[in-house]
Amino acid sequence: MSARLIALAVACVALVTVPYWMLGDYYINVASQILLYAIFALGLNVLVGYAGLVSLGHAGLFGIAAYATAYMLQLGYGHAAAIVVALIVGIASTALYAALSLRSTGIGFIMITLALGEIVWGLAYRWISLTGGDNGINVRSRPEPFGYSLSSPNTFYYTTLIVFALSVAAMAVFVRSPFGASLKGTRDQPRRMNALGYHVWLIRFYACLASGLLTAVSGILFVYYTQFISPQTLALTSSAEVLLMVISGGAGTLLGPIVGAALVVVVKTVVSGFIERWNFLLGAIFVAIVILMPEGLVPGSARLSRLAWRKIAKARKPAAQEGRS
Amino acid sequence: MSALAVSGLCKAFGGLHVTNEVNLNVEPGERRLIIGPNGAGKTTLFNLITGEISPDKGTIHLFGGDITRVPSRQRPHLGMARTYQIITLFPRDTIIHNVALALLGLSPARWNPLIDIKHQGHLIEHGLAALQRVGLAHIAERPLAQTSYGERRRVEIAMALAQNPKVLLLDEPFAGLSIDERRDVHRCLMAIPRDVTIVMIEHNMDVALEFAERITLLHFGEVIVEGTRAEVVADPRTREVYLGH
Repeated sequence: MSARLIALAVACVALVTVPYWMLGDYYINVASQILLYAIFALGLNVLVGYAGLVSLGHAGLFGIAAYATAYMLQLGYGHAAAIVVALIVGIASTALYAALSLRSTGIGFIMITLALGEIVWGLAYRWISLTGGDNGINVRSRPEPFGYSLSSPNTFYYTTLIVFALSVAAMAVFVRSPFGASLKGTRDQPRRMNALGYHVWLIRFYACLASGLLTAVSGILFVYYTQFISPQTLALTSSAEVLLMVISGGAGTLLGPIVGAALVVVVKTVVSGFIERWNFLLGAIFVAIVILMPEGLVPGSARLSRLAWRKIAKARKPAAQEGRS
Repeated sequence: MSALAVSGLCKAFGGLHVTNEVNLNVEPGERRLIIGPNGAGKTTLFNLITGEISPDKGTIHLFGGDITRVPSRQRPHLGMARTYQIITLFPRDTIIHNVALALLGLSPARWNPLIDIKHQGHLIEHGLAALQRVGLAHIAERPLAQTSYGERRRVEIAMALAQNPKVLLLDEPFAGLSIDERRDVHRCLMAIPRDVTIVMIEHNMDVALEFAERITLLHFGEVIVEGTRAEVVADPRTREVYLGH
């Protein structure tokens, strides 16, 4: 059995048994948060890591799905209808986002997504009849699929874990697929891909939709987790935060955004209880990552461990030779 | 019917006319060489033919079909392939992955998000066949970052050949190569069958003249001499603007 498979098995066992070894309900909720933000970061990673398109407006898409769920429930619809409508609205909004922002790449793409995110945030604030403005919308209950209530921290955690596992599996298939290879090709050499017969714009558009789907899923989980949604969730800082999750963990890797999400959520929710200036600590961690592992924690750690192994192997060689002589 | 027919092609960037009333007829199976001093508009002509930039005036026909307004991404599907003067490959991937991407570009499977690309046996098989033609099959799994400049040139050619083009446009395939590497690339090009029409831009006259049957001399965006190898070399205008006295 390879080391990678062993690590995967250990991670699976650790995740499945979280409610048994975690110190209390608060920390189980933190674990749920990590998983739902990891789905969000995986969604953004489709664009940042695999398409080379940095979005600073993804919190808008996250919020649209969350607001759609809350609004449908407020209107008296059931959870199933609310979730389906939220997914449709989330993907339709992403399509509009993509149609506008894919007119450009690089800085242009960043600025358009930033502007779109700010427009959605502004609408959430000012369109009071729909969003409740600053007061937001409360969600009174969580779903009970097949009589299985999601109201307790444990049940909600397991539901989030199942959605997370499905998202990771879907991403693992996606990045190894011909479409994933095409997408990475458009990131590295768009001109060449065009000359090879690829429709670069359409590939990027579909990638945006895939990203929007995961973002909408995480938005729905978020609104059920907090049972409340307000414009603050859609703010630029939220977009920047999830972008930092992706970059700090390692863009263009499967594990990177998950590690990044864990880092940011733990510092925000756990470390902030012990350190008043937790923002400073988070900033310092990012600076350290940029200096020591500019490619992100996951690929950076892999690189450093390879270097360490090589050094150890080199040190062993002369010792073994001495022993023989 | 010509394999490639360019008629009255014009392109200007502001006041600079980089392509001016260019006419070009390349017969099926022909080996055509485009020469000219720097700034003559050779690469711009290639970019116009492949659709990377659109012409201000004129038409382009591929085997009789008008492709002037056909988007550049669709031209490989019609049988046109090209290589670049500045090597444009995927440096994070292996050689075989680069060629597989070329094959995938013409396959409907490129939209499939559900299958593993490594399990697409036909891509690997055809990719290896293309690499065999340029003599690189034995290092197919090598990361591109660990290859020499000459090998990368051959990967470019393998990618173009993998698409089974009817018309192949080669932009300075010998540029920057050592004598040995030039010989390797020359051997690859000579082995391309006659059902592929080749138009090549090249400055290295030793290898290019050996390869070409007809030559077109461009100067300031205009065709000033065209003819057989001997005719163009003997023409005094060729000596004046390109070969020197």
